[in-house]
Amino acid sequence: MGVIPSKLDKPIPPGKEQDLILNAVNDEIVNKGFVIASADKLFNWARSGSLWPMTFGLACCAVEMMHSAASRYDMDRYGMLFRPSPRQSDVMIVAGTLTNKMAPALRRVYDQMPEPRWVLSMGSCANGGGYYHYSYAVVRGCDRIVPVDVYVPGCPPTAEALIYGLLQLKKKIKRSETISR
Amino acid sequence: MDTKENFNTKIKSVKERLSFGHSVSEVLGDLVESISSINGQLVYRCELDKLIQILTILKSNDKLDFSQLTDLTAVDYPGRFLRFELVYQLLSISNNQRLRIICPIDDGQIVPSITSIYKSAEWPEREVWDMYGLFFSNHPDLRRLLTDYGFEGHPLRKDFPLTGYVEVRYDDINRRVAYQPVQLTQEYRDFDFLSPWEGDQERIHYSLSSKEKDNKELGKSEES
Repeated sequence: MGVIPSKLDKPIPPGKEQDLILNAVNDEIVNKGFVIASADKLFNWARSGSLWPMTFGLACCAVEMMHSAASRYDMDRYGMLFRPSPRQSDVMIVAGTLTNKMAPALRRVYDQMPEPRWVLSMGSCANGGGYYHYSYAVVRGCDRIVPVDVYVPGCPPTAEALIYGLLQLKKKIKRSETISR
Repeated sequence: MDTKENFNTKIKSVKERLSFGHSVSEVLGDLVESISSINGQLVYRCELDKLIQILTILKSNDKLDFSQLTDLTAVDYPGRFLRFELVYQLLSISNNQRLRIICPIDDGQIVPSITSIYKSAEWPEREVWDMYGLFFSNHPDLRRLLTDYGFEGHPLRKDFPLTGYVEVRYDDINRRVAYQPVQLTQEYRDFDFLSPWEGDQERIHYSLSSKEKDNKELGKSEES
């Protein structure tokens, strides 16, 4: 990990330059008792560091979602842990086929999540209906019901793919502006 | 290849099934219209008004003992005079034998519910009502089972369009999920094994004709 000064986005590698900044920050704390940081970055860092996904498994994709949470890939390494309640979570992973009958329930769960919230659409069924695109009972893409941030392709996507998608979401959150000016 | 032992057990099971079929036919007598054996499965056809009677006998008879209804479903044959077929799958656990009862009925005909005989028929009958629109009388709770609340039509009828009539989307203004007529950006396309070569007709004709030539030559050599 390198230190990221507010103006530059590239991390500075350990060395003389980094020590200079760290010492300056240290002096600030010792002399004044506080440091000034960018609130935007701080908030985004906190938000992206503990994405708590809502458990919303609809079909076989849910099994891959479980794999990504289990010991081999262990989403907890990224501070992501599944919550059984929408009120305690900030990401919803739509994992599987969304049917017409389920659509109002999905929207209700999304509405119950506190802001800021994100949606990750997992698998071809959730992305655009997939195999069931022409079915009489399936929603042709969950983005017709909720706004989607990241689409993960695959049928089903592997656990790695899901984790890659979540890391992409993390990146997206980090570069978003929390406070509008 | 069957070993001798396997073959003997197979013969034995066929014999057992046949003798069992005989005893079933003795009990039912004139109630059934026809009896057949399809892929090692005893199949009885009967008329709708005798259905309850037949099932009652099959369940209450101590020797036959058809204690379980494993499945109940329907089939749609649009071209037939009696459009639908009701199919009842029975299992006699004590005899280790299965039985299928097929009952042809027409659209709009009312079917007597068999929930009073087999309790397990409740949900399958709801499903048949949902998917085929066949009405069951004296059913305790005949609602749709699988399709959406307020769904119209019966999806497993052959004349029901694959994509249905409505689709859902979230209505931002009214803040709820709304229904609207189906709009497809691309029509449904049916693919078969030849469609990937649709653009290359010349080569297909060439390879097909060369194959025919090969076959002819082979045939000639076989003849001579």
